[in-house]
Amino acid sequence: MKSTSSSVSKKKMQGYVGFSNFPNQVHRRSVKRGFNFTLMVVGEAGIGKSTLINTLFDTKIFPDREEVPPNAEPIKGVDVTSMSADIQENGVKLKLTVVDTPGFGDSINNEDAWQPILENIESRFDAYLAQENRVNRSKISDNRIDAVIYFIKPTGHSLRAIDIEFMKRLHTKVNLIPIIAKADTLTARELDLFKARILADINYHGIQIFKPVSDEFDDPETVADNREILSKIPFAVIGSEKFVERPDGTSVRGRRYPWGIIEVENEDHNDFIKLRQMLLRSHMEELKDTTDMVLYENYRTQKLLTMGHVQDNNVFREFNPVMQQEEERRAHEAKMQKMEAEMTAVFQQKVQEKEAKLKQSEEELYARHKEMKTVLEKQRADLDEKKKRAEVAMRPVTPLEQHPTKGKKKNIFGGF
Amino acid sequence: MSANDNQTYVGFDTITQQMERKFLKRGFNFNVILVGESGMGKSTLVNSIFSSHLVDSQGRRTAQEVIRKTTEISPVTQTLEENGVRVKLTIIDTPGFGDQCNNEGCWVPVIKYIKDQHAAYLERELKPQRDRVISDTRVHACLYFLNPGNRGLRPLDVEVLKRLTEVTNVIPVIAKSDSMTVDERTVFKRRIKEELAFHRISVYPYASDEDDDEDRALNASIKELVPFAVVGSEEIIEIDGKSIRGRRHGWGVINIFDEGHSDFVHLRNFLLRTHLSDLVEVTAQRHYEQFRTSQLRQIKEMRAQQAAAAAAGQSGMPAPSVPLPHQPTMAQA
Repeated sequence: MKSTSSSVSKKKMQGYVGFSNFPNQVHRRSVKRGFNFTLMVVGEAGIGKSTLINTLFDTKIFPDREEVPPNAEPIKGVDVTSMSADIQENGVKLKLTVVDTPGFGDSINNEDAWQPILENIESRFDAYLAQENRVNRSKISDNRIDAVIYFIKPTGHSLRAIDIEFMKRLHTKVNLIPIIAKADTLTARELDLFKARILADINYHGIQIFKPVSDEFDDPETVADNREILSKIPFAVIGSEKFVERPDGTSVRGRRYPWGIIEVENEDHNDFIKLRQMLLRSHMEELKDTTDMVLYENYRTQKLLTMGHVQDNNVFREFNPVMQQEEERRAHEAKMQKMEAEMTAVFQQKVQEKEAKLKQSEEELYARHKEMKTVLEKQRADLDEKKKRAEVAMRPVTPLEQHPTKGKKKNIFGGF
Repeated sequence: MSANDNQTYVGFDTITQQMERKFLKRGFNFNVILVGESGMGKSTLVNSIFSSHLVDSQGRRTAQEVIRKTTEISPVTQTLEENGVRVKLTIIDTPGFGDQCNNEGCWVPVIKYIKDQHAAYLERELKPQRDRVISDTRVHACLYFLNPGNRGLRPLDVEVLKRLTEVTNVIPVIAKSDSMTVDERTVFKRRIKEELAFHRISVYPYASDEDDDEDRALNASIKELVPFAVVGSEEIIEIDGKSIRGRRHGWGVINIFDEGHSDFVHLRNFLLRTHLSDLVEVTAQRHYEQFRTSQLRQIKEMRAQQAAAAAAGQSGMPAPSVPLPHQPTMAQA
């Protein structure tokens, strides 16, 4: 950053110009457009997911769970369901989508419980990628997961095997916000130790969780806020949809126990306020930003690389139609020439083959001819010999031999 | 008639004192197995029940420690004494149970251990020269720890409870019940009872013909409470000048002995003050006898099978197959 500032000159202005009003314009435009936010909750059944969401948004996003009879089939595997609500506050419209994952961690074998969840997250990335690649991109609907709230059981020990496995599989694909659920079961001291152990586990396994970071542009108040939020991570929270009456008569959102009342919005009792602050009041934009610019981009790069795309820098050259035509023509001509050469070659080859064949036939014929001639010659020679013999037999013989020919057989040549 | 009437008083009612003296001399064994995932509060509860640090939590607490791949069986034996009565108490912890991603078969080492103890006892019983008193290592009670807040029994719970209740007395408890309000507890208990009935899982106490009205009333009140929603603590807290065993939160202090706060007192009384000897007896009479019967039957069938195989070997017929009886891996001393 420093190197570029040296080439940019800083100018001091004489009066108020007014471009500092730009953020307000952006603000007004976005308020008109409305926001959307997609949150996913992951944790085993009964750990308080629905209650916390309903408490966070002060809206009954999740209806009361109906009682399931004992003979109902338990959920096999993990389901991914989502519900949306349009909520409004101070003129700002928010389309909130909460994605639930019933069945996670509830089976006997939870080895692959993370898989359907990861697939869902990636399919949302894929859907966005497909929309981005369309010709008409005026209406892109963004249903990518902006944050996953992962509910940790308040054991007081360390992370469980399923916690570590899940987080390791998902932390590079999504903003991970682990929270300690049902925090009212741990004393302050137990909580401190538990949080420290969880963070130790997270560091040990190289898991990246979402953390608020301050940079040099933040004012001191924001920096202090961020540091305070950071000191409480992972948040230990409780939720409650009910209000209870305190001994002094005031009504608070909380849970009534025989030994006292725990208040949801009391920072001494639990970290709900901090979670709400980070999630909704200060870092919602950052969560969406990280999802779009970091997590989605990484996914997209990975995906395109594995699909065989190579970074083709030709797309950055200017588009010139005349040049384009020339190039096309040349390419076409080259193609034609190539085809011609190929055809010639093929033709010649065929001619050669035919010639060779004919030659072979010729030789064969000649050989046969010769053979036949030889046979004929032999036959003639044979005949000649027979003829001679016959002639010798017909030569004039001695008088003794001149007997009447009667009784003597005639041979075929008329002689004896 | 007054009991001390010298003419008619026989005196066999002193049998109870005689038995007591015998018990005082001999002492007895009590073995409890704890089954539940890591972090459910097993060690704390046991230490609270016996008011002393008997077992250490075996949960993983550092990042470098490797997560256990199987269920381990880790028994710890101590001798406790109270008012002259000695008990040799063995607590069997099961670290690793239910802690992996894939928990198929995680109950196998547990069932095997329980059966091994039955088998060892049987072996010693069958010896021609028996010890006068066979040291009893059989598991008398199993505390099964349920997850608070779940809608009911999890698939893992159903599988394990079905098998556990066949070999030992199972007492379901919710150890960290301070995350449930009173209403939530009531709903949860009702739900659990429904599901136990549906899956035909019979937990201790069992109804018996020998029960009189008092026993029946007591058992009924116990059955009402099951599963026990308890809170355990090894910490002593000062409140209003009094020292209590409990947990201090920012919004209140839990006194584990307060019946309004948790069923701890009921569980302890049930386990130690009213049903201790019953647990031992039922183990011997019901679970051990069941095991013994099935073992001896299997041995008989095996012998018959061998005889048939010998006969079949001569006549060429296939011999019937019979499952092998339970083999203990290590002879218990």
